[in-house]
Amino acid sequence: MTTVADKRPDLRDAAAKAGRSDRARSEARLGWLLAGPAFVVMLAVTLYPILQAFYDSLFHFRLTAPDDKGWAGLSNYAVVLSDPLFWQALGVTVFITVVTVVVELLLGFALALVMHRAITQLRGLLRTAILVPYGIITVVSAFAWFYAFDINSGYINHWFSWVPGISTDLNWFAQQGTSLFVIIMSEIWKTTPFISLLLLAGLSQVPTELEEAAEVDGATWWQRLTRVVLPNMKAAIMVAVLFRALDAFRIFDNVFIMTNGANGTEVLSLLAYRTSIGRLEIGLGSAISVLLFLCVIGICWVAVKLFKVDLAGGARGAS
Amino acid sequence: MRRRTRALALVLGAAVAAPLAACAGSGDGTPVLTWYINPDDGGQATIAQECTESAEGKYAIETSVLPRDASAQREQLARRLAAKDSSIDIMSLDPPFIPEMAEPGFLAPVPDDVAERVTQNVVAGALAGATWDDELVTVPFWANTQLLWYRKSVAQAAGLDPAAAAVTWDQIMTAAKDQDKYLAVQGTKAESLTVWINALIASAGGTIIENPEAPADEVELGLESPAGEAAATIIGTIGKENLGGPGLPTEDEGASLSIFQGDKGSFMVNWPFVWSATKAGVEDGTFDQALLDDIGWALYPQVTEDQETAPPYGGINLGIGAYSKYVDLAYEAAECIVTPEHQAQYFATNGNPPSNTEAFDDPAVVEAFPMADVIRESLELAVPRPQTPYYNEVSTGLQQTWHPPSAVTPEVTPTKSSDLITAVLRGEQLL
Repeated sequence: MTTVADKRPDLRDAAAKAGRSDRARSEARLGWLLAGPAFVVMLAVTLYPILQAFYDSLFHFRLTAPDDKGWAGLSNYAVVLSDPLFWQALGVTVFITVVTVVVELLLGFALALVMHRAITQLRGLLRTAILVPYGIITVVSAFAWFYAFDINSGYINHWFSWVPGISTDLNWFAQQGTSLFVIIMSEIWKTTPFISLLLLAGLSQVPTELEEAAEVDGATWWQRLTRVVLPNMKAAIMVAVLFRALDAFRIFDNVFIMTNGANGTEVLSLLAYRTSIGRLEIGLGSAISVLLFLCVIGICWVAVKLFKVDLAGGARGAS
Repeated sequence: MRRRTRALALVLGAAVAAPLAACAGSGDGTPVLTWYINPDDGGQATIAQECTESAEGKYAIETSVLPRDASAQREQLARRLAAKDSSIDIMSLDPPFIPEMAEPGFLAPVPDDVAERVTQNVVAGALAGATWDDELVTVPFWANTQLLWYRKSVAQAAGLDPAAAAVTWDQIMTAAKDQDKYLAVQGTKAESLTVWINALIASAGGTIIENPEAPADEVELGLESPAGEAAATIIGTIGKENLGGPGLPTEDEGASLSIFQGDKGSFMVNWPFVWSATKAGVEDGTFDQALLDDIGWALYPQVTEDQETAPPYGGINLGIGAYSKYVDLAYEAAECIVTPEHQAQYFATNGNPPSNTEAFDDPAVVEAFPMADVIRESLELAVPRPQTPYYNEVSTGLQQTWHPPSAVTPEVTPTKSSDLITAVLRGEQLL
């Protein structure tokens, strides 16, 4: 199906070149009218705060010292970009993003295959079961994981004390490695269903005739997977990766609840939060937020330009 | 299908109407004062009700609960006051954050006659905490302090009697080490760590900030001093020799209490809530009466033998919002809230010690807290955390550099924290 979707823009261009008919024009007008209100609302709730944050980032402004507000130019950005803490937070954020997305992609694909192949009677039950973690509020799941691993109230240390390295004296949230492990595990547990759902949509788009034809030609299961299934669901995979990467890059709840940035687990969102909300330094905090936003834009750009993610095609695939 | 739609409409209608109805307030014209309270066991709501009744229609106090975490309370209040929120009449404020609220004029000035009345018989620590720039800016309500709690059996085995003679940190560290027990202290990266650091530095005769009233870029820190090094030595030793147990880097007040109540419990520095909590635990059968009988209390440990201790000070003071529509009534209400009778009642029912010495003599207090006289003595000695509008920066900077406890060394840590806090206050570094 994706091959058809890829060709569509060419057809559309051709039609545009040929001059629009009245009907096409009124359809376009209707389209704008229908989408217009949503578009205006979106500008109001996204573009306006972004511009405001950028404007605020150009000032030295502390909420509890309103009289000392002064022009800062780009000096807030200089402070942020020259601080090792920012780069460390960026590094941790990228690490969490890469690890969670890779693991979730593999796990999610396996789950999607299971859901896809499950016999019809079991399918509904299976999908519900797999989706449950995604339905849980992140803060709640963060607390659940925190208390499970907590040295005082947790049960993980008791259940897994037979594993080398784990004992009742292991304080998971006292070192960077173990803290990040729990944070990443919790993140994976919570959001793998999201990826698997997107991949399931991609899987169901792969025409069965192609697979059957390959099977008749004597292709093994692995060959069918890598030569037929995966190439045909590339769009769905890329959309899943992009959405999940953007989501993972903005990680906040798990870190906030479990370590609050202790032991080198600071992430960018938490740094922005602690600066603008905790320290009430609106200027400096806005600068971090703007940089975070630029990072997210960067990820989108890389995905769309370099990996050629067709968002519209993917969205159609997902629906 | 249609029935479901109608049910949905009903639910939606109720969801919209209920908050609107709540906004309507009392229709009889009585000014309603909103008191933003920290979560407690219902004591403040009771006092609000009693004061509303005794005001006989002059005003009514409504309580509104703030977040549980002290810094989250500050964030909410500071943001709303910066936006000149007129719905904030009375606030329960954590003392360290008072200068930050007072400096930009977020607190209505205390009238002289009120100031005179509400400072009578108030313990020294609470008075210091309610003051900024030599002026009373809040009404002292309740005052908290940490005591040294100890297991009598452990102290006895070590040949110590903290109730009779002051003990030093060295003594309790040695006792815990010799008997393979854990010291219960707060090593988590949170406000409680600052409380510990401040008490240690003050007990060693130092201060964290030399000139608390200076502007941000001129603040001078007293961390690089013998007192700062003494504090770093104690925290570092407890961390490195594992005297606090593996849970130390994430140990808060509640976790400390669990360790103290457990088999490895020995000595603990903590707020008086631990007494009512343990007593409740015995009453509902979680613990044996033997545990309660084994618990003793004394003044906070000293750093050196010849220098008197400087215990932590906490509590809540009442601030009146500068943008309130009823500032005079709010002060009247605040005076009603902090009467010695209300303070005594609050201590006996909620376990939060009074700031007024008169309240300590109340029979209900003595019955609920047999250590009331030690708490009172401790409050007279207590030293507030650095009073500065930049408290959050100072406290977070300390937590950033003095955590985890095992990484603290007297040679490096004081200098490192001093450099970080100074750079942050000058706007040259992130926190």
